[in-house]
Formats: sequence, C-alpha cells, structure tokens
Amino acid sequence: MLTLEKLEIVLDGFTLNADFTLEQGRNLALIGPSGAGKSTLLNVIAGFLRPRSGRVLWQGEDITDLPPGQRPISMLFQDNNLFPHLTVTQNIGLGIRPDLRLNAAERAYLHDALERVGLAGMAGRKPGQLSGGQQSRVALARVLVQRKPLVLLDEPFSALGPALKHDMLRLVGDLMQEIGGTMLMVSHEPEDAQMIADVTSVVAQGTVTAPKPTAALFENPPKVLRDYLGT
Amino acid sequence: MIRGGPGYAAAALVLLFIFGPLIVVFVRAGGGTLPGPADWAAVRFSITQATLSALFSVILAVPVARALARRQFPGRSLLITLLGAPFILPVIVAVLGLLAVFGRSGVLNSVLIWAGLPPVQIYGLHGVVLAHVFFNLPLATRILLQAWQQIPAERFRLAASLNMTAGQVMRRLELPMLRTTLPGAFIVIFAICLSSFTVALTLGGGPKATTVELAIYQAFRFDFDLGRAAVLAVIQTLLAGIVALVALKYSRGEGFGAGLDRVVRRWDAQSAGLRITDTAVMILTALFLLLPLLLVVINGIAGWAKMPDQVFTALRVSLVISLVSTAVALALALPIALAALRRGWIEVIGLLGIVSSPLVLGTGLFLIVYPFADPARLAFAVTGLVNALTALPFVLRVLIPSLRASEKNFGRLADVLGLTGWARLRFLLLPRARRALGFSAGLAAAFSMGDLGVITLFADPSRATLPLQMYRLMGAFRMEAAAGAGLLLLVFSLGLFWMFDKLGRGDVDA
Repeated sequence: MLTLEKLEIVLDGFTLNADFTLEQGRNLALIGPSGAGKSTLLNVIAGFLRPRSGRVLWQGEDITDLPPGQRPISMLFQDNNLFPHLTVTQNIGLGIRPDLRLNAAERAYLHDALERVGLAGMAGRKPGQLSGGQQSRVALARVLVQRKPLVLLDEPFSALGPALKHDMLRLVGDLMQEIGGTMLMVSHEPEDAQMIADVTSVVAQGTVTAPKPTAALFENPPKVLRDYLGT
Repeated sequence: MIRGGPGYAAAALVLLFIFGPLIVVFVRAGGGTLPGPADWAAVRFSITQATLSALFSVILAVPVARALARRQFPGRSLLITLLGAPFILPVIVAVLGLLAVFGRSGVLNSVLIWAGLPPVQIYGLHGVVLAHVFFNLPLATRILLQAWQQIPAERFRLAASLNMTAGQVMRRLELPMLRTTLPGAFIVIFAICLSSFTVALTLGGGPKATTVELAIYQAFRFDFDLGRAAVLAVIQTLLAGIVALVALKYSRGEGFGAGLDRVVRRWDAQSAGLRITDTAVMILTALFLLLPLLLVVINGIAGWAKMPDQVFTALRVSLVISLVSTAVALALALPIALAALRRGWIEVIGLLGIVSSPLVLGTGLFLIVYPFADPARLAFAVTGLVNALTALPFVLRVLIPSLRASEKNFGRLADVLGLTGWARLRFLLLPRARRALGFSAGLAAAFSMGDLGVITLFADPSRATLPLQMYRLMGAFRMEAAAGAGLLLLVFSLGLFWMFDKLGRGDVDA
C-alpha cells in the first residue's frame, strides 16, 4: 500500500499537492496536461526530489528520506533506460545484483525473464543493436527480475508507434500480474489509462485527485478531466 | 553517487606538490637579491615575444579559419586533424624542423642565396616568435573555426536571400563574432607563450632574447645562483599566474578540435577571386605546418645511423617517465574528477598546475631536495611528477565533462538500480569515460614524452631524457644525429598518443 501523506511539492515556484492512498496490486494512471507535475510526482516517490512537506509511506513505513536505490521501487524513464555500453544480459543483471556477480540460479532466472519478454536470442547484444521495441522489452525484463513491489513508469514508451506502444502496455499489464505489485504510470492518452490502469488520478491545477476506478471516471468525468480532454 | 574522500586526498596532494615548491621558492627569494637590470630585461623580453607571438598567431588565423569555415575541399578534415597535432608534438622536434626550413643552412636560405639575396637569421626575437606562431596558429585557427561554426547556418541563408556580398557578410556576421572571440584567443596564446621554455632555450638566449623561464635555467646552469633563480621564479609565477587565470576563463570548452568537420553552406563567397585567395591561404598554411615536419622525417631517416647509443638509453628513460607520469596524472585526475561531480570547486585545484610553470616547480623541488640529496639522482622522478602535474589540468578538462554527461543521462537509472561506489564506477562511469580517459592519457603521455623543461635543471651529464639528449646533440652541432633522435621522438610521442587514444575508442557502440 502506497500512502502519500499531505505531500507538498515545490519545483520552480510551482506547487503540487497530493494526499491519497493506493491499495496494493492496483495499477494507477496519472493523467493530465504536460507541465502539470506528473513526472515530478513520480520523481518524489522514487526519491529524486524531496517534497517540501508531507511523507511517502510504503506499507505504513516512512520512505521519504531513503535514497532511490533502497526504496522498494523500480522505475522506467522516458529515455536512457538502458546503459548503451553494457550488453542485454548485463543490463538486466544489474536489476538482480548491482555488482553483477550472479550465481547459476540467478543466471537462469535472468534467462527466463529474457525469454518471457521474447528476446531469448539477444542476450549478448548491446542496446544500439536492438530496435526501440526490443530495448523497451529489455528494460521490462529488468523490471521483472527486480521484483520490486512498486513500479513507476514515466512514459517509457512514448517514442514508440501506437501499435508497439500497446504491445508494451499489454506486456506491462501481464508482468504486473506476475509480480503482484503496484504500478503508477504517467500518461497523456486516455486510452493508455483505459487499457491497463484500473484506477486513474488526474494531475492538474496543482493537485493530484484521489484514485478513482478508470472506467467510471471516464464515463462521468469531473470538470478537471473534462477540461483536459476538451469534451 | 561516489564518495568524495579519495578525491579530496588527491586534491590535497596536488595542493601540496604545487604550493610546497612555491612556498619554498618564495621563502628563498626573500633572502635573495632584488631583481637587477638583466632580470627586468628578461621580463620585458618575455612580454614582448608573447605579445608578438599571440598577435601574429591570431591575425594570421583569421584568413585560415575563414577559408576552412566556408570551403569544402579534399584534405580538409586532414588539415583540421593536423591543426590539433601541435598539442602533442614535442617542441624540440618542431624547433628542429623549423631550423631545417628557416635555419642557417635551411631551405629558405638556400633559395635566398640562389636568388642572390642576403640570408636570414633565425636566432633571436623573430625566431622565438616564428616558433610560437608555428605552435599557436593552429590553436588560434581551431578557436576561431569553432566560433565561426557557432554562427547559425540560417544567418548565412538569410544573408544570401538578402543578396549580401562577401564583404557585407564579413561586416554584419563575421566581424561581430571576431570582436568577441579574438581577445580570448589572444590572451590564451599570450599565456602559453609567456611560459614557454624550450623555444626560448633553443632559439633565444643572449642578453637580448632571454625570457624569465630561460633566465631561471641560466641562473641554475651558469651561475648556480639559487637565490636569483628563486627571485626569477617568483616573478614568473606572478606574471604567468595572473595571465593564466585570465586565460583560463576564456579557454573553457575549447574542445581540442572535436566536431569541426562541419561546413556551413555559403552563397556569398563564390567569386573566383575569393576562391583563389582561400586556396592560397590553405596551401601556405599546410606548407608552413607540414614542411618542417616533413624535413624532420627526411633528415631523421638520413641521420638514423648516426645516432649514438645514448639516444636509445634516453628513449627508454623517456618512455618509462612518460608512462609513469601518465599513470600518476590519471590516478590524481580520476578521484578529483569524481569529487568534482559533487563539488565543482575541486576542479579548480586540479587546474592550478597551469598557474605554476614547470620550471618554477622544478626550482622549488630543487631547493627542497638539494640540502638532503644529490638532485641529479632524483632527476627522473621529479620530471615525471612535474609532467603529471602539468598534464593534470588538460586531463581534468577532458574527463570532467564526460563524467558529468554520464551522470546527467544515466544517473537516475543508476540510482534506481542502487549502483553506488565501485559498481557505479565499474558499470557506468568508467566505461562511458573510456574515450575521454584514452584521449587524455594520450595527451599526458605525448606531452611527457616530448617535454624538455624541468629535466634541464636536474640532470647531470650522465642522465638524459630523449628530448634532453636531442638538445645536447644539437648543442654539440651533431645535427644528423639530432635529426635521427628527433624522428625517434616524433614517432614515439605521436605513437603514444595514438595508442592511448585507440585504446579509448575500442567500444564503438558505447
């Protein structure tokens, strides 16, 4: 369970407030106009930004002051999700052990993950030798082996075409079920949210609304969402 | 992130090695005599030659950079690569090449005598200035070319649509750029020439053409007057230190000529007259830079068999010094650069090497060592250390931007994966800095291989590095043997740079 307790985030003179709880196993879409603070909120949860006040709690435990690497979190960014100088195996392996000293069981585990995302033959390649979609799959394989209970997606598939992006989102949905974790994803597109997010929050006008069931929200959108969608 | 501890330790070591000798020099100078007329003459000559050298380099670089900026021709990228070469070219080798062209029995005088004209003399002020222009015209050209390319291509397109002539483009677009760029280029080159030692040693000398650095050397070698050497070292430090600090401000991001192979399409400079002018400028520049080096190679091959055995002993010494000083420079630079990621001011400590000249450091180290041991026995160790300290600023200026870029692009990913300490170094920072490490190691190695500075203060006749051995051969008028040694030195300096740079480029897809 992720709790954002009276969070107040200030960045470049702009304030964002968030105060809600997300139940475990939920997939939350953060939807709203660009510049509204969706990525900023993820960066606070991940530990790259400090909130001015308030706390971030995971399972009731305060993680506000933990460094990013010690949080129960895996995250995919808009770009640079893979180290271009390392092979596919190494990139995924870093999700298991940051010193890359993998034992036989861990190597087998890594291989299963690679197979799971459909890249079995690509283990020795470097990201530059892969297509954009394949690179996304490598990053997702790493999320899979990391087995962190909280997954943050900051529009990692925005550079892909619509068909590929939907493939990736479906894969994310499946992987999240396997991990049994909680997910937060940033999105511009209502259809992305409708595809894999069971709950949605609207980020606009300096606040993050509490998560509401996605289908119900879009059927009967509140004013902030109507303003954003232009309906 | 990476802990800063080792970086602070390395920075403290650099401070100790730079300020230790400086303090000793200042203390010793306090007991020395006040500067005499000869010392002030040295100050005047230093300033005069540096002013003229910088002026000629910068003025001559304008047509060269302009031609490179607006022309596409076969060999252009080769010429631009060549413009980067003086950085790793041993000064003494270049002097030998310039002597072969402009010296007493050089190519130029042969032509003049054949034409019935009086021969020219290279020694003295104009020889010093000539050699400095040889080294710094390429640098000035690279600085200007970079500035030229920062004028957006759209401006030239707009100028073409307004039907502006080449002269109008010069006035509206190029002159404003030159007005802001030339002073910086001038001060950088002025600072370099102010502290140049080898050129003054080989082409200057005598009461009329002695720089402060050369006067330090003479106080050591001819009079063994350590007090006077210390006084001169203080003067040099104050003089060069102030100028170097000003120059440093201007020289940020000069970039060693990377990314200069772009040509902006120009519509204004298509007339036959301008084409011919640019072509002539290119040919003359290439000739000026290449002919001396070509003669070093030709004469070197001819003199190869005349080299005494000491040359090869000296080659081995120089190779060891070069590799050790490269290792020391990198061992200091890497922790300092890592610490500078967190605290930018650490970088400044590493750059202090620029402020204190090798000869001043050498004087201080000599004063420290002299009461306890025979300085000649430490000649090689001191040379390696001073070379490392001198190379350090250049290594840092290549390394730090590379590390910063890695942190900027991949820092968050590394954070989220919990890559800290050694793992972060091994899987993120070092692999991505490989090119920068290779390139800067190449710079440090070539620089140390070709340096003729502090060794001249410490070495006794039984010890020599390759540049010193070469200088001794020239002093003994064994020019053929010196030419052989010159070729050897050229091959090894460029070879070391090439080797390290190549090592850094191993990973093409990284």
